[in-house]
Amino acid sequence: MAAPDAFPAIRDVGLCAKLVTFADRMSEPANRAALAFRAALEAGQMAGVAETATSLTSVFVRYDPLALEADALAGRLQALLDREDWFAAPLPAGRRLWRIPVVLGGEHGPQLAEAAEAAGLDEHAARQAIADARVRVLTIGFAPGQPYMGELSEAWNIPRMSRLNPQVPGGALVVAIRQLIIFAGPAPTGWRHVGQTAFRCFRPRAAQPFALAPGDEVTFREVAPQDLRRIAAGDQTGDGGATCEVLA
Amino acid sequence: MTRALKVLKAGPGLTVQDRGRPGFLDEGLSQGGAADRLALAEGAAILGQGPDCAALEFAGLGGTFEADADLRIALTGAPMPAAVDGAAVPWNASHLLPRGARLTLVAATRGSYAYLHIGGGIATEPVLGSRSAHLVAGIGAALADGASLPLGDDPGTATGLALDPGDRFGGGTLRVVESVQTGRFTPAERARLEATAFTRNPRSNRMGVRVAFDGAPFAAADQHTVLSEMVVPGDIQIAGDGTPFILLYEHQTTGGYPRIATVIPADLPRAAQTRPGDPIRFRFVPRDEAIMAEAAMARLIADLRRAVRPLLRDPHDIADLLSYQLIGGAITGEEET
Repeated sequence: MAAPDAFPAIRDVGLCAKLVTFADRMSEPANRAALAFRAALEAGQMAGVAETATSLTSVFVRYDPLALEADALAGRLQALLDREDWFAAPLPAGRRLWRIPVVLGGEHGPQLAEAAEAAGLDEHAARQAIADARVRVLTIGFAPGQPYMGELSEAWNIPRMSRLNPQVPGGALVVAIRQLIIFAGPAPTGWRHVGQTAFRCFRPRAAQPFALAPGDEVTFREVAPQDLRRIAAGDQTGDGGATCEVLA
Repeated sequence: MTRALKVLKAGPGLTVQDRGRPGFLDEGLSQGGAADRLALAEGAAILGQGPDCAALEFAGLGGTFEADADLRIALTGAPMPAAVDGAAVPWNASHLLPRGARLTLVAATRGSYAYLHIGGGIATEPVLGSRSAHLVAGIGAALADGASLPLGDDPGTATGLALDPGDRFGGGTLRVVESVQTGRFTPAERARLEATAFTRNPRSNRMGVRVAFDGAPFAAADQHTVLSEMVVPGDIQIAGDGTPFILLYEHQTTGGYPRIATVIPADLPRAAQTRPGDPIRFRFVPRDEAIMAEAAMARLIADLRRAVRPLLRDPHDIADLLSYQLIGGAITGEEET
């Protein structure tokens, strides 16, 4: 199967899933299209479909191939695609604005200087850019509740490192390809570790186990290391000192 | 009163597993669950209970257990030498574990994942609808010495029953289908995937099976420009070092490494059950052939209960044949001979 010539494209993922892709690189309209198309699929409850999910610019549709023929599903997905201009769809309803305390640089963000250099900024300007950024949750993935947030300015279109960070802690703020991630748990990564939050993306036994949702907006509040320690020590919810308000 | 199974000694990688928690991919949480789904179904069939019961999964290593009430148990998956109070008991079969008796399991002789099922299932508190430990996501953990596992009520009474599963331990050929990124690999690279003799690398776990091979690293045409995309169990990811990695149910939900093909679900038990050094080959099959394989696997699982047979054993191996049968209650003396 070659890369598609035109978008949106419907392709097979393994034997039990289809992927509806709106673009082969991250773009704001394609991300909105994916979120809106998935919402429409969920609302429509297509028979034989087991589960749907979004990635940055695609919608993943898992189904039982013994109950639903691949061609029949593709036909229904195409009909839904043709129904409207998904690239013009609005962002999801019920979005929230989060303000999350973060320590930038130093031992809590040991690669801030390196990331700044890759972005062509001095360390102070890089720190300020992240502290001032207002990013949107583009997708949740890789690990439970883990947000991919963007997009930062073009200067931050820095590649992932070819050598992995052997391990960053849960709550780590990392950067690459115009996006920020708060890590859900300790993991190796090719993204550069620039800061640390006390925010828990995944709270398995809470009423709302997954804190963030695609469409949510996030800003950061820079705090001193001792403040983050104090916040983490007194945190009952996993919010790590974050505030949250519903966007009108 | 709640019955319990005491874990006197836990080998590394001992976890509670059921069929996992589907439905959270959009939240970044993969389904997880038993590495060998077929072994889970076999245990449920032998005990005559529902497919949702949670069991203990062994990562190839053993453990010692004690019952605090009369329990029915079944043993499936990678065969392990097993004994109740020192008397050997057969694999792929159900047994009575009387109150106070000790069950001892030692390292698997073949395969990687063994299962201890208990009548009524393990009744730990579910998290997001499942009792499975999902180690990568931080749900649950490997069990330690001294753990006590609560058990569900067991309406069943039959023991001394067995299944004869086909041999899926020791590697072999895994059927694969083309997937979304197969086209990023040249036809020559795809042909090389089929022609190469792989073995399982020891650096494998519940997340996936890494393979070893002689030859140049595998590479996609545009390795570094792949947008992170949804992953499915069975995906063969080509990691940065050019080594194929077969993702199992406890995968991360998205990945940026290109994936050359997908092992069909029917062959995932065989993939998971390989052990370090076992041979692995890949063979592309057309989608209709893969669908037929899935249908055959679904039929096999649906027919497992009908395939359960009385355990025929040499009476000399059983210390107290009569009491065994009376307690088991499943079979008559006629069937035993």
